[in-house]
Amino acid sequence: MSDANYKEIIWNGLWKNNAGIVALLGLCPLLAVSTTVVNGVGLGIATVLVMAFSNAIVSMVRQWVPGEIRIPVYILIIAVLVTIIDLAMNAYMQALYLVLGIFVPLIVVNCNVLGRAEAFASKNPVFPSMVDGFMVGLGLTLTLAVLGGMREILGKGTLLSGIDLAFGESAKAWVITVIPDYHGFLLAVLPPGAFIGLGLLIAGKNWLDQRKAASTDALKAPESVVAAA
Amino acid sequence: MSSDYFHHSIKLAAVLAAFALVGTSLLALTFDATKDNIAASEKKAKLALIAQILPLELYDNDIISDAASLPPQVELGTAEATVTYRALKEGKPSAVVLEAIAPDGYAGKIKLLIAIKANGDVSGVRVVSHKETPGLGDYIEIAKSQWIKGFDGTSLEKYPSKDWKVKKDGGQFDSVAGATITPRAVVKAVHKALGYFSVNREKIFSLPALEQAK
Repeated sequence: MSDANYKEIIWNGLWKNNAGIVALLGLCPLLAVSTTVVNGVGLGIATVLVMAFSNAIVSMVRQWVPGEIRIPVYILIIAVLVTIIDLAMNAYMQALYLVLGIFVPLIVVNCNVLGRAEAFASKNPVFPSMVDGFMVGLGLTLTLAVLGGMREILGKGTLLSGIDLAFGESAKAWVITVIPDYHGFLLAVLPPGAFIGLGLLIAGKNWLDQRKAASTDALKAPESVVAAA
Repeated sequence: MSSDYFHHSIKLAAVLAAFALVGTSLLALTFDATKDNIAASEKKAKLALIAQILPLELYDNDIISDAASLPPQVELGTAEATVTYRALKEGKPSAVVLEAIAPDGYAGKIKLLIAIKANGDVSGVRVVSHKETPGLGDYIEIAKSQWIKGFDGTSLEKYPSKDWKVKKDGGQFDSVAGATITPRAVVKAVHKALGYFSVNREKIFSLPALEQAK
């Protein structure tokens, strides 16, 4: 696989086909967990891990899986993988489990994981599949971080609250109070706030894309711009 | 023709069964390899929790070796035997730590550790494990909010039964709007545990102690 293809995988995962704001897959955990930056990034990291590994394994076994039963086999692989990660984290990384543990089972029902297994890993070699899973997961993490940030500022007036759960008591000092003496805006914390926030993010991405498309057109046809001016 | 389909289906089923077999063996292996570690870290976490809800001046016995196995109790919501810790001060019962399960959380069971003083006052409550919505129902955790401390010092004498509800239902306990199912379940479980303790006080203190090795 050439470098250009990796570039495309990365660009698709992070921006062009972003799981959260373009593909709109896996919205259930996205909407439930994006109440704060820390929660959002927590789910994001867990998703990155699961997607990279599940894509790699699906790609490894792809020639032994008959087409008719590929979906049940992929679901089985993903469920086994998520359960193993859940158990292993609980047993050997207790501190991390206390923070991320609650998100891990949510990933079984994240259709991004199955979506990438079906759309990419079942047709591509192991390493590119792993990169694809990693990048799609990272794209979702970025969306979760931005959405979590919006909802946290509006809902609680802070940023990074709960970071002490990941980095210990001293990290409490990292919490940024954006709006002092804020009494909270419940709508932003509740599920409707997640839908509205996600809608704004999608609109924002489309606006950026359209602006970029417009400026590329303008470069191609400078005369028309002059004429219009 | 139909026998072709049949053979093909058998073959597919065999492939699926092979994947299922490998998958479940991996799970069984992992479960077996991790279960001691998981049990050990859960126990460690439990002991740390006990220290939070039971002030040191309340007891002078070795609380870990004075633990007893309590058979499943309907009032505590437990489905299997749980460990209960008895605190003694100068040889007299001063408090117990009970494990209780609130079965009706928003996303399943909420495991609680409840410390009750011998006079029936709540010394403290902590959540051991739960599956409530992150960022919404998880304020029952001490790490996220002080809510669970609202039980400190309450008792059946202080609040009549009708007050053992969240404020939204006309009771005494706070709740966060949009997430009332979670605190409702916890309040109910603590109330039931207090009722259980007031009836079974003597029985709990007379249970034989587990060996320290356990």
